[in-house]
Amino acid sequence: MSAFQILAFAVAAFAADAAAQAPAMANDTASGTGLPPPSEMQPVMDRQIFTHAISNQLEGRANGSNTEFRWEGQGWAGTDYDELWIKSEGTVSNGAVDDGQQQFLYGRAVTTYFDLQGGLRSDIDSRPTRNWAALGIQGLAPYFFDLEVTGFVSGEGHLAAKLEASYDLLLTQRLILQPQVELNVYSKADPARLVGSGFSDIDTGLRLRYELSRKFIPYMRLCWQRPRGRHLSRISPTTAQLAAAFARPHPRSRWSMWRPTRPWPRCQLVTQFQRRAISTPFWLQSRLTGCTPT
Amino acid sequence: MNPIVSPLALTRRRFLQGAAAAGVSTLLPWSLRDALAAPASVLSGTEFALAIEEVPLTINGRQASATGVNGQVPAPILSWREGDTVSLAVTNRLSEPSSIHWHGVRTPAPMDGVPGLSFRSIMPGETFVYRFLVKQSGTYWYHSHSMFQEQTGLYGAIVIQPRSGYAQAFDRDYVVLLSDWSFEQPETIVSNLKFQSDYYNYGQRTLGTFVEDAQRRGLAETVADRLEWGSMRMSPTDILDVSGATYTYLLNGQPPGANWTALFRPGERVRLRFINGSSMSIFDVRIDGLPMTVVQADGNDIVPVTVDAFRISAAETYDVIVQPGPDRAYTIFAQSEDRTGYARGTLAPRAGMDAPIPSMDPRPMRTMTDMGMGGMEHGSMSGMNMDPGSMPGTEHSSRPGMSHGSMPGMQMDHGRMAAMKASPEAKQLQGSVGVDNVAMLPTERLNRAGEGFPPGRRVLTYADLRALKPGNDPRPPSHEITLHLTGNMERFIWGFDGKKFSESGPIELKRGDRVRFVLINDTMMEHPIHLHGLWSELENGHGEYRPYKHTIKSSRARS
Repeated sequence: MSAFQILAFAVAAFAADAAAQAPAMANDTASGTGLPPPSEMQPVMDRQIFTHAISNQLEGRANGSNTEFRWEGQGWAGTDYDELWIKSEGTVSNGAVDDGQQQFLYGRAVTTYFDLQGGLRSDIDSRPTRNWAALGIQGLAPYFFDLEVTGFVSGEGHLAAKLEASYDLLLTQRLILQPQVELNVYSKADPARLVGSGFSDIDTGLRLRYELSRKFIPYMRLCWQRPRGRHLSRISPTTAQLAAAFARPHPRSRWSMWRPTRPWPRCQLVTQFQRRAISTPFWLQSRLTGCTPT
Repeated sequence: MNPIVSPLALTRRRFLQGAAAAGVSTLLPWSLRDALAAPASVLSGTEFALAIEEVPLTINGRQASATGVNGQVPAPILSWREGDTVSLAVTNRLSEPSSIHWHGVRTPAPMDGVPGLSFRSIMPGETFVYRFLVKQSGTYWYHSHSMFQEQTGLYGAIVIQPRSGYAQAFDRDYVVLLSDWSFEQPETIVSNLKFQSDYYNYGQRTLGTFVEDAQRRGLAETVADRLEWGSMRMSPTDILDVSGATYTYLLNGQPPGANWTALFRPGERVRLRFINGSSMSIFDVRIDGLPMTVVQADGNDIVPVTVDAFRISAAETYDVIVQPGPDRAYTIFAQSEDRTGYARGTLAPRAGMDAPIPSMDPRPMRTMTDMGMGGMEHGSMSGMNMDPGSMPGTEHSSRPGMSHGSMPGMQMDHGRMAAMKASPEAKQLQGSVGVDNVAMLPTERLNRAGEGFPPGRRVLTYADLRALKPGNDPRPPSHEITLHLTGNMERFIWGFDGKKFSESGPIELKRGDRVRFVLINDTMMEHPIHLHGLWSELENGHGEYRPYKHTIKSSRARS
């Protein structure tokens, strides 16, 4: 094997002799040094602001007679390094909005594949609103896993964390199988929002999507959902008993409704975890892109 | 389908020495269907008036608005003579600033046409007069250097007649200007790539290819291969960022179906001036049944070399002479490097003929050598020292609007790689936002044609280019500058030494300097590098017969 040779090429700077000619410039406002005046145009336009949005989930879910509608999307605007993000997700069931989480973040590219994001999370839906400070990372992990890990702190000092991950398995160029998971962890139960302490809820699914174009992608999704209101709490199972996920809490006596009555039996947990929902295919994933050159 | 007969026709007889070149331009009729896309006319003399304006364009029946000159896309062919002083009054009739850069032509810096560097731009409604002495001859081209106007049609050929005649005789010549056209707005293309860098890549590896590979190479090796690429978060199917998924490839502004035709008389020697005027495409050109003798590269004479095919990257030019023999038609076939489309024309003795269009070759794939792990297949590895000390500079690729950057460290799971020593410079680049790979083992492979060609086909390589005359400056370089070509494919950021253009300062050279530039391409894609206003002598082993090029394709993981 030959040693590695470095290819080089020499540059002859004969263009300098071009300065010998004194051309007439129609818009020459320079003092005669030959340097161009300040220009609004850049030789290379590499500081543009781009705006993109993606709705990752826009689906109707059916589980027997229970149906609900779920959305989850993100939008961002910015340059290569700095971006402002909006993330929103929620579920509509029985006319009420549940599991609403909206985040407003500033993101900064910190490593080759990851952004650091920080900002505000507001849980806005039909239930009481909660506000959190958010800090997390988002990017592409090795082996092409899309990863989002965010930690939250509320005004009262409660902690929460959220993990979202997914992977694209290409069956063909346009038919893609995508396992995905979202799980939420909370340090303190919040019965008014059907949130349990510890490992609160998990939404995981297997999505088969068909990319009609990169921006218009119908899909079908099979999802396992640990319904909200069920939880595994290591702290105190009895105090964390919650009503069925689809029930709407009574606005005045919500605390009384959630009063613990009996410990949560294990066999019932298993059953709940296996409850499945199938998304109907008429909901679409769409992406919008736009570009505003600076 | 009525083919288009070439209206270009720089039809002339030429003699080896001293014959006066009398330019006669003929415009041959073309079919009404493409009346809106008027084929290029030829302008000659020393005074030119060019008007940049919006031009309606019809490609395959679909209408669009393009950026043209004097109502034409491609822009008119400019025919100059070496030794003349040409004066080109360029009027901008667009509603945004514009410019024209004369690619490969040595002009005074203020005449070079780069907004923000050479001059302020030609503002809407303004006329700017370029005036310079033509000190060279050959085939060149010109294009806008503003925004994305080059992508939307502002490109055209320049043919400069030599003062002392041609080194090789030929009977007629044609310009073959290859380009890429998209009905999407170029701003949208860039935005799409920023959103998803493999947006236009429909040739990715799937479950199907996994099964095929496993059948061919075994499951364990296939899994190891996928894990290796996955750990680097890179794809070996990344050939061209923008592909035939959005591009229609044009030959002299005509899609393949329009069958642009060049006429010849059997037995004549025909010179084809191939220009790659595309924005983001590399073409592999061949004429089945007709070997091509390459006689000029980037406008400079080389020792003729006969090949079956050549790879031409954006901004390069190659002049070839062919001698079609019998009374038949030949297809000029220019397939994109990722095999997602082709441009096509016909060489025929009579209008209305066509030849079979070959099917495209298999799509090439990147290898670990392209990642900068070159030489691993040979089993022995010596430590690699890369020269540090590069300075980010004003040189930018011939594609305006694309900035480059990034490479992170590579994980190697081969013990042999422990012997590798990356330079401190390279280590500094790893892990930064703009860098997703650093070539640990850049290899010089000028004598390799690249992937994607079937065995047995003679393909032009850079090592084949030998200048006809020795260079006119025998001095050795006074100093050396190393530049890393870096990029982050995922974020779609590109640059030199991990920095975008807007983040780097100029490289300062003194008039009369003679500098060796070492380009180390840390990305796994080819990048044509063009230095405005300067000739680059490519050190390809031919000593003082190094070829002069204005655009050099820096291949992946090579230096």
